[in-house]
Amino acid sequence: MAALKPDNHGLRLAVRYAVLVLIAAIFIFPLVFMVMSSLKPDFQLLSDTSSLRAFLPVGDISLNNYTAAFARAPVGLFVFNSVLVTGLTVLLSLFVCSLAAFSFVFMNWRGRDVVLTIIIATFIIPFETIAIPLLLIVSQLPWIGLDGFQIGWLNSYQVQIIPWIADGLTVFLFVQFFRDLPKDLIEASRVEGASWWQIYRKVVLPLSGPVIATAAILKFLVMYNQYLWPLIVVQQEAYRPVMVGLGYFFQLNPAWGEIMAYLTLITVPVLAFYLVLQRAFIASIASTGVKG
Amino acid sequence: MASKLTQSNKAGWAFALPGFALIAAFIILPFFFAFGLSLTNQRLISPNPTAYVGLDNYRNLLGLAIITLEPERDEAGQVIRDADGAVQFPRVRTITRSDEFPQYRGMREWFRWQSGEDARIVIASDVVFMKALTNTLLFVMIVAPAQGGLALCLALLINQRLRGINVFRTIYFMPVVVSIVVVSLLWRFIYDGSDGLLNNMLSGLTFGLFQPVDWLGNPDTALGSIMAMSIWQGVGFHMVIWLSGLQTISPTLYEAAEIEGASKWQTFRYVTWPGLRNTAVLVLIVITMQGFALFAQIDVMTNGGPVDSTQTIVFQAVERGYGRQDISGGSTISVILFLLVLTISFIQRWLTRERT
Repeated sequence: MAALKPDNHGLRLAVRYAVLVLIAAIFIFPLVFMVMSSLKPDFQLLSDTSSLRAFLPVGDISLNNYTAAFARAPVGLFVFNSVLVTGLTVLLSLFVCSLAAFSFVFMNWRGRDVVLTIIIATFIIPFETIAIPLLLIVSQLPWIGLDGFQIGWLNSYQVQIIPWIADGLTVFLFVQFFRDLPKDLIEASRVEGASWWQIYRKVVLPLSGPVIATAAILKFLVMYNQYLWPLIVVQQEAYRPVMVGLGYFFQLNPAWGEIMAYLTLITVPVLAFYLVLQRAFIASIASTGVKG
Repeated sequence: MASKLTQSNKAGWAFALPGFALIAAFIILPFFFAFGLSLTNQRLISPNPTAYVGLDNYRNLLGLAIITLEPERDEAGQVIRDADGAVQFPRVRTITRSDEFPQYRGMREWFRWQSGEDARIVIASDVVFMKALTNTLLFVMIVAPAQGGLALCLALLINQRLRGINVFRTIYFMPVVVSIVVVSLLWRFIYDGSDGLLNNMLSGLTFGLFQPVDWLGNPDTALGSIMAMSIWQGVGFHMVIWLSGLQTISPTLYEAAEIEGASKWQTFRYVTWPGLRNTAVLVLIVITMQGFALFAQIDVMTNGGPVDSTQTIVFQAVERGYGRQDISGGSTISVILFLLVLTISFIQRWLTRERT
């Protein structure tokens, strides 16, 4: 018996790992398929799906699909648009939402609690229920840009950025975090005669690293993966982000190798980013659930 | 409290204003606009002025009625049957196009069943929307428990103390960071009717016995296929939320259970599950809201087909509001969607309430 026990333990451990690996395979196989297919010519890509070769870099391997994808569509432009829209929205969102949260937690002003309650209440409004009326609103808004004054925000960068800057969840995340900061610190600075702006800039922001990371990651994921909104407000190629740019590859006969190359190109940077910062990514998702 | 020190009406408003103004303009305003526009005939661009139309939009979407058709009889009063022996009924048109029944005008058959000799027929003003509504509800009713349950299983699996467990957590979560548009496109390959990975795998596992299925091209399997893919993509997200719930349960409770000699199931039933109550409510509500928002998968994979078997509420809202530039129609669907989400969340909260 005594001799059997460690074996038994080893077996149970092996079974556990086998289960974990099997499940991991289920989650990873479409992504492996994507990357491997992007390296193969179309006819081989399609014939390989009948065997495990679909997941292996075998046969006629090259980067031809990538060059072809760049030749077919303005891939660089789409990536630039997505990076610009995502980057600007994340930065503005962090600033605007943390500033509002600061005033809710540290300052006393008339109407504060009502405004905070209203902002929290917007949680229950899914974007999909306001997309259509918002389409009408942005189609009528004025804008002064480099080309002078014009009516209507359709086909622009601002239509993809401005409506997404402030949201209840981001404000809420900052409020939660600020509430756990020591109030004495803020009051002491006040006594010393620091202005509110100085306190926000010099005292609170330097302490806010974790919540900034969380809010930035969540906003990044939402913005980079935008689909429905740019689909209905951006028809011109010049402002199209990567997910909508995908439509470019579906004219007439889809060239699957090129599509896989494009998908790999727009997905792998995000995956790499995630793998490097995976702790922060997972913590940010978890934090949306802690006290909600 | 040092109220003098923190009292600051002007600065307070100034700090809160940018965020509040943006939320008011781009979330709250369109939300109320949706209600207002649903009572008009607003279009995105129109030469005619907008008019108030009352509840017409709602009637055009939700109008339902049951009609009864008697079988066709010959002169002797015998029921007429066709070559296969099926009872012959007059066409539904004889009612929906008749001047005798103005209230049924323009409605179309949704489904029917036999009641004695008669046929009962449910007619709807907008059959496609009715299908979108039932598909979405079906989607939520299946995906919410399945995805929530699987996510909990994964969380329990990942919560073990094993070397390298973080690697698995990282992999299970991976599809969450990939765009649903990319995921949907990849799964078109998996579900493909001829060269699809799924068909090839199933036929390999059954040594060729399995007959290939066109998963997305068949009305019976299309919605289910999209459900399976959606569960796959989002399950890691909810696993992480369950995990953070699991970690709030005090280890001393588990120690106590072990001392009492509780079985694994008993430990789960009486220690783990009660500690996850709030997490469960949250997971359920989040999945429900995500489920009702189902759009990108449909747009990329099926466009609502085949034969409307994958129509959804949001897909319909976009098709009208954007595709046909019918802002009022799209807004009406948005309002219906919002009321549905609200009702279901309340029901879920009530069902999972603390019982005293």
